[in-house]
Amino acid sequence: MSQQVLKAEKLNKYFHEPDTIHVLHDISMSVEEGEFVSIMGKSGSGKSTLLYLLSTLDTQYEGTVDINGTRVTGLPENAMARFRNEYIGFVFQFHFLLPEFTALENVMLPALKLGKRDHGAIEQQAMEKLRKMDLHQYAHKLSGKLSGGQQQRVAIARALINDPRIIMADEPTGNLDSANTANIFDIFNGLVQDGNTIIVVTHDHDFARKSTRILEMADGRICTNG
Amino acid sequence: MMLPVNWKIMKVHLLSRKRQTIVAMLGVTFGIGMFILMMSFMKGMNDFFEDIMLSVTPDIRIYNDYKTDYSSSVTGQYLGARPKNWIIVRHPRPRQINLNLKNAPGIIEDLRKQNEIQVVSPLVSAQVLFNYGPVQLSALLDGVDIREEDRLFGLSDKMASGRPENLLTSDNGILLGYKLAKKLNVRTGDLVTATAPSGIQLRFRVVGLYKFGIATMDEFKAYVSLTDMQQLLGKSRDYITDIRLKLKDMKQAAVKAPALAKRYGYKADDWETVNASIKAGNLIRDTFTYVLNFTLLLIAGFGIYNIMNMVILGKLKDIAILKAEGFARKDIVQIFLSQSLIIGLIGSVAGLLLGFLLSYSLSKVPWPEDEYIVIKRFPVNFDTLYYMVGLIFGLLTTGIAGLLPALKASRVDPVAILRG
Repeated sequence: MSQQVLKAEKLNKYFHEPDTIHVLHDISMSVEEGEFVSIMGKSGSGKSTLLYLLSTLDTQYEGTVDINGTRVTGLPENAMARFRNEYIGFVFQFHFLLPEFTALENVMLPALKLGKRDHGAIEQQAMEKLRKMDLHQYAHKLSGKLSGGQQQRVAIARALINDPRIIMADEPTGNLDSANTANIFDIFNGLVQDGNTIIVVTHDHDFARKSTRILEMADGRICTNG
Repeated sequence: MMLPVNWKIMKVHLLSRKRQTIVAMLGVTFGIGMFILMMSFMKGMNDFFEDIMLSVTPDIRIYNDYKTDYSSSVTGQYLGARPKNWIIVRHPRPRQINLNLKNAPGIIEDLRKQNEIQVVSPLVSAQVLFNYGPVQLSALLDGVDIREEDRLFGLSDKMASGRPENLLTSDNGILLGYKLAKKLNVRTGDLVTATAPSGIQLRFRVVGLYKFGIATMDEFKAYVSLTDMQQLLGKSRDYITDIRLKLKDMKQAAVKAPALAKRYGYKADDWETVNASIKAGNLIRDTFTYVLNFTLLLIAGFGIYNIMNMVILGKLKDIAILKAEGFARKDIVQIFLSQSLIIGLIGSVAGLLLGFLLSYSLSKVPWPEDEYIVIKRFPVNFDTLYYMVGLIFGLLTTGIAGLLPALKASRVDPVAILRG
């Protein structure tokens, strides 16, 4: 049996502004190593909220989250940031690069922060990740000057730089045209084949079909687990 | 310790908005520059006044302050006092007061034995009248040992004509302030007549003129030898009214004076007590300068606070990304606080340079012609202390101004921003 990378138990989440709303109801789930899990659901079903809880960015919830055997719920702020840096790769809906840095620098930043390798090694590795995304010729361009599809691919390269235990993506194709969407599909496919563990929030059925498992969400509950 | 990666992010942030960065720096630069200029000038002024004051004030002056002691009175004998009678005397007058220091030669000899005392200059002083035709001009005539007086006040440097030693070589010589000489219409070699309060008159030959740059010295004072003065007053050879001292360390004066007063039983004033008003003036100028400059820097600080706040508003997305990538709150604080500190550091150093250039230029500007004050250019003091204070001030203000926005940045909730 493969190793459990992520385990969430009895997650409850409330929004208090403007009124108190119960967003997530008793959600329990787990992700095995090498799994590609899609979370689907209508907008407002709580799928993104769930992803941000799992990613440790949102800490205001009840229940527990374990990643890679570590209880991340209740970790102190610094340890949490460090953990996120080392074990989680994040891809957002709106590419979200730092516009004043080059593509290469954007990819390098998380590794520089981790500080496990020296600058030269990190640069080499970042270049390699970009080459995988077929972006090495844009490495020294300011990321703000790249197209949307290119930026998203840089963001994926950045998510991979520290060889995370789990990659989380929030609608990675939500803001792209069909050609670029297809491109990103292929990249995620490749990532799965390389043995990466991935959780993706999406409302794109084509995208979700390629995953090993789809979690359907509605009204803050997981209704299908297949 | 700051991570190289945080340093790098800070650098990119600063360089990507050069104009804002430079404007923020200029605020600090002008603040610090003005601080340096004002401090240097104010301190130069203070030094100048202090120099003038010290050029005519001995470190310690020992003299006989007459005491109104009415504990014994002759009234009882005159009115035949009885135990049950009250006799009230209004406005009593002393019978006789000697203002001289008794056993002055002994005191002088004792003072000269003390190691920390550099110069001991005895003095007989009295108000005299100089005759100029029908007019009589009043002046303070000091009988001194001119060599000691020279060591005390550096008379030699202040001679407009003649030399102080001329008093020793000539019979009945006198040194006049140049303004007094002008009023009396005399020059070196001419004769003047001085009249003592007792009515005794002596003729003196002018052997030198001096110029202190202070009206009280130049217009209302003259020097003769001790013996001539004693003769003019009709007193004996050991009649001394004051003893003035110069210490090796003038800062010891305030401590030393009371000790000497106790030892000899006479009054001893130190220079700080005598010139308390000048000291107060210095304090007021210093306070004024500090308050003004604090305000200047406060304004620069507000500028930085504003700019950093705007920068952070424009960088909310970047902050959210950095947090998602695993940068902790302290990293965010470092990144943004160090931007303010770099602005502060470079702005301050440029300000120090600007301040130095301005105060250097000021020190070359001629002082407006003035016959009462002997000064050629604006007085400026280049004390490095103010440069240190300026630097610390600059870093402190920018640090505080940058800390609040940086803390705010570190509290940004990444989820709210990343979800759009």
